[in-house]
Amino acid sequence: MKFSVSLGDEGSSFHCGEQQNLLEGMQTFQVGVPLLKLIPVGCRGGGCGVCRIRILSGEFETKKMSRKHVSDQEQAEGVALACRVYPRSDLCIELLSSAENDNNHSERESL
Amino acid sequence: MRKGVMRPGHVQIRVMDIEEAVIHYRDRLGLIDVGRDAQGRAYLKGWTEVDRFSVVLREADEPGMDFMGFKVVSSEVLEQRKQDLLRYGCQVEVIPAGELDGCGERVRFDSPTGHYFELYAEKEQTGKWGVSENNPEAWPEDLKGMRANRFDHCLLYGDDIDGTAELLQSVLGFQVSEQVVDREAGELCVASFLACSMKAHDVALVRYPAKGKFHHASFYLDTWGDVLRAADLISMHDIALDIGPTRHGLTHGQTIYFFDPSGNRNEVFTGGDYTYPDHPVVIWDAHQLGKAIFYHDRELNENFLNVVT
Ligand code: FES
Ligand SMILES: [Fe+2]
Repeated sequence: MKFSVSLGDEGSSFHCGEQQNLLEGMQTFQVGVPLLKLIPVGCRGGGCGVCRIRILSGEFETKKMSRKHVSDQEQAEGVALACRVYPRSDLCIELLSSAENDNNHSERESL
Repeated sequence: MRKGVMRPGHVQIRVMDIEEAVIHYRDRLGLIDVGRDAQGRAYLKGWTEVDRFSVVLREADEPGMDFMGFKVVSSEVLEQRKQDLLRYGCQVEVIPAGELDGCGERVRFDSPTGHYFELYAEKEQTGKWGVSENNPEAWPEDLKGMRANRFDHCLLYGDDIDGTAELLQSVLGFQVSEQVVDREAGELCVASFLACSMKAHDVALVRYPAKGKFHHASFYLDTWGDVLRAADLISMHDIALDIGPTRHGLTHGQTIYFFDPSGNRNEVFTGGDYTYPDHPVVIWDAHQLGKAIFYHDRELNENFLNVVT
C-alpha cells in the first residue's frame, strides 16, 4: 500500500509505502532521476534532527525519536523526524528549519 | 610532554534501543560481546584489545556520547592528574571502582566544549579475544561482520575547542598532531586533532555552535581491503551510509562512515600517519577543508558538518 506525502505550500509530493519511512519513500520515489531532496537526509536513525518535520494531516506511526529534537509536547503536536515516520494514510507535512532544532533543545544530557 | 595518559580506553554511547544497537555493534562492526551490567548497559570490545571492554552502550531517550575514557599508566598518575585537573579548575567527579563492571576508580571531568572525559588506571585484563598469549595465531577465525580490531578514537563537536585542546595538552600531556586553521578569520582554529600516543590522533575536535556533540566513534581495521569489505557489509545489511570508502586528507587514514540504528556515526578505517613528540603540527588551510576531510572528492559534504548526535 502506497500513500502520497505532500509538502505544505510547495506543491511537491512523493509516494511512500507503509513499510518505508518517509525518507526512504522520498529517496526511492522515482527511479532513474536524481534523488528527491525535499526533506534533508542525515543519520536516518532518529538521532540528528535534520529531517525534522511537522505533520499537518494524516495518520502515521513513529519509531523512537531523539527527545533532544522532538519533545513530548511537540510530538503530541505532530512534530516528528521523517526518518522515523511510517505513513498509514496520505500525509501533508511541512519542513521545520534546522535552526529551530538547535535553538529549541541545545541543553546537554546530564549524566 | 606526555603525562602518563596511555590510550583511549572506553566510550559510553547512548542508544535508543539497546537490542538493535547490540546487533549493530556486535554483528556488523564485529565487536566482541562481553555482557551486560545490572543497569542493562551492554559492554563490547575489539578482539585485539587486552582490557575487558571498550564500548559501553546505554539505552536512553536521545543518542550521543556520555563520556570518553582514557587509561593512565598507574594509580599514582591517576591521583596526580586528578590534582592537576582540580588545580586547572575543572569540575571533577570521582566514580567508584565497579560502577562500570571490571573497571577501577574513574576520575571524570568536564571540558570547555561540554564533553565529559574520564581517566582510570585499572580495568580487568581478559587478554586479546580468541588468541592465546603464548605463540598467538594471527587472528581468531570466528569473528563477525567488519572484524573491528579496536576502538581507536572519537571526533567531538563543540564550541570552545581551543579550551578543550588546551586542557588536553597542558593537563593530560596530549600533543596536537594536525589542525585546520582559517587564516581569513584571524587564525581561527576550526579543527584540532590530538594524540596521547604515537597514533595520528586519539581524539579530535571540530568547532561547532553547540556544546557536547558527538560526531563519531572510530574503530580500526587491518587493511584497505577490509574497509571495502565493510562497505559491502553496509550494503548487505542496508546500514545508513554516510560517506566512503575514501581517504581523509587529515591523518591520511582510509575510511568509511556510517550510522548506528540510533543515528550515532561510526567510522572504520585503516592506515594513517603517526605522531612522534618532535613532530611539528600539520596545518591544513580552512579553504582546503574539502580536501582535508575527503581527500578524493575534495568537496565538503554538508552532513559531515551538520549531522551529529
Ligand atoms: S535523518 Fe537524522 S533524525 Fe532523521
Ligand atoms: Fe575519525
